[in-house]
Amino acid sequence: MHVEQPILQIRNLSKQYGEGCTNCLQPNAKLEKNFCPVCKTVFACKDVSIDLYRGEILGIVGESGSGKSTLMKSLYFDEEVTTGEGYLEDFNNGSLNIFTQSGQQKRYIRNSLLGMVYQNPMLGLKMSFSSISNIAEKQIAAGNRHVGHMVSRSNELLDQVNIPLKRSKEPPKNFSGGMQQRVQIAKALSSNPPILLLDEVTTGLDLSVQASVLDLIKTIQRELQISMIVVSHDLAVIRMLADRTIVMLNGQIIEQGLTDQILEDPQHAYTQQLVYSLL
Amino acid sequence: MSKFPFAFLDEQSKKEIRRAVLKGVAIPGYQVPFASREIPIGRGWGTGGLQITLALVGQNDVLKVIDQGSDESVNAENIKKLVQKTTGIETTIHTSEATLIQSRHRIPEVPLRSDQIMILQVPEPEPLRHVERSEFKTKQMHAEKEYSGAYLLLFEQIMRYGQTSEGADYPVYVHNRYVMNPSPIPRFDNPKIHQSDALVLFGAGREKKIYAVPPYTNVESLAFDDYPFEVEAFEGKACKATGLTNVFLDEFTDEETGETYYLCNDTSYMQEYLEQKRGI
Repeated sequence: MHVEQPILQIRNLSKQYGEGCTNCLQPNAKLEKNFCPVCKTVFACKDVSIDLYRGEILGIVGESGSGKSTLMKSLYFDEEVTTGEGYLEDFNNGSLNIFTQSGQQKRYIRNSLLGMVYQNPMLGLKMSFSSISNIAEKQIAAGNRHVGHMVSRSNELLDQVNIPLKRSKEPPKNFSGGMQQRVQIAKALSSNPPILLLDEVTTGLDLSVQASVLDLIKTIQRELQISMIVVSHDLAVIRMLADRTIVMLNGQIIEQGLTDQILEDPQHAYTQQLVYSLL
Repeated sequence: MSKFPFAFLDEQSKKEIRRAVLKGVAIPGYQVPFASREIPIGRGWGTGGLQITLALVGQNDVLKVIDQGSDESVNAENIKKLVQKTTGIETTIHTSEATLIQSRHRIPEVPLRSDQIMILQVPEPEPLRHVERSEFKTKQMHAEKEYSGAYLLLFEQIMRYGQTSEGADYPVYVHNRYVMNPSPIPRFDNPKIHQSDALVLFGAGREKKIYAVPPYTNVESLAFDDYPFEVEAFEGKACKATGLTNVFLDEFTDEETGETYYLCNDTSYMQEYLEQKRGI
């Protein structure tokens, strides 16, 4: 039988802020949530292991401070992991740990194999550069040196995310929050990455705009067969988008499974609380 | 006079600056940090270039200083006087007579020789500063040869104006390794640094950086495949005084007639050309 290989494997990823001490580095250390009261070290992610398959959307839910965003930033090399391994099928056939690569290799992975959409467009876009330049930036970084090709690709993407072409040369700071988010999505897609990371993309947008952004994400996944990791604290978003879901609490994965399963029959006490608090 | 050491700066300071220059020569295009000294002109008025000049000048040197292509501008005159008073060396306006040429904005029209040193004053040495404010990060980018930011700036200009609008300080690749700001010389002068016979030094006093392009180094202006690098074109325009067309021109307006005319930007070159024509 053919067993499908995950496109991304994360093994035992940990990220801590602080040195750690004799109290918190023991296996059964006493922590306040994910915080060591003795040395004040924060354990943002602890032993997180994830498999992502081609074309699927993986949802990550959890309360704020549960380590969702740290995990995403670690995957996109915005933060350096403390320990852990990551393997991408499209990078040396998954034989090399991406977290121990050189800065240049990490940049290559970031620019060519990953796309990231941040919750705050300020982090993902250069607000005073034109939108089309923002989208081209990732293509330039991936090695493209042909203006004509980049312009036509960027226009194609802007069209895909429903931004009128006549506004392509305007800087994103002139745009509404929803439009900025759509420019970010276009930028993330511009180098045709096999994996897209979405961090709370609809948080802070009004409901109708949320719906159109979610619709866009769903369409992209269907048409381009891109794998995605979607982080949200909003279960409705997860329910709509994700095939599988991971629940995080205090930096650890406490439950994972098919989204329907998690939402209909939550096992962990925290997940139960989370699901039933949904209005 | 005797209160000051030769060339104003003390020997230790000059030694430190020369050491930075040597390191810059050894790593073409790399910005070497140095301890920029206080000198009696304001930061931003050519202190980087002046410090290199003071560190290099010897008793047999002949100095030429240009500002905006002119030997007679106030800034150029003042710098020349300072060096002359503290060293007693000769100054000149003739490019071919000079051994040290300090300049901002221009590399002279007369081709430089291997026994001359070109010293350029730099306001902003970092070509990536407009895309990344953090020095820590730009240093990392240089180390990793990550120059997409420099191309992004050019791309943005093409998007906004249909062409690269960088009139001066157009970034260059030095020996296919470091991207460098060539100081605010016009694009017109960028090709003069490529495979130059003379050593070209860059000093940024305010930003405390020194860098260099040694002689016979490849210097290539950044460009896109479909937007090649082009120097300023003065099509159909000529210098009113000399009739020259292959030089960098300044635009003037005759205030009485309202007529627009052009003159050589390099005033000493224009003067030499006219004297030769008149047979002096």
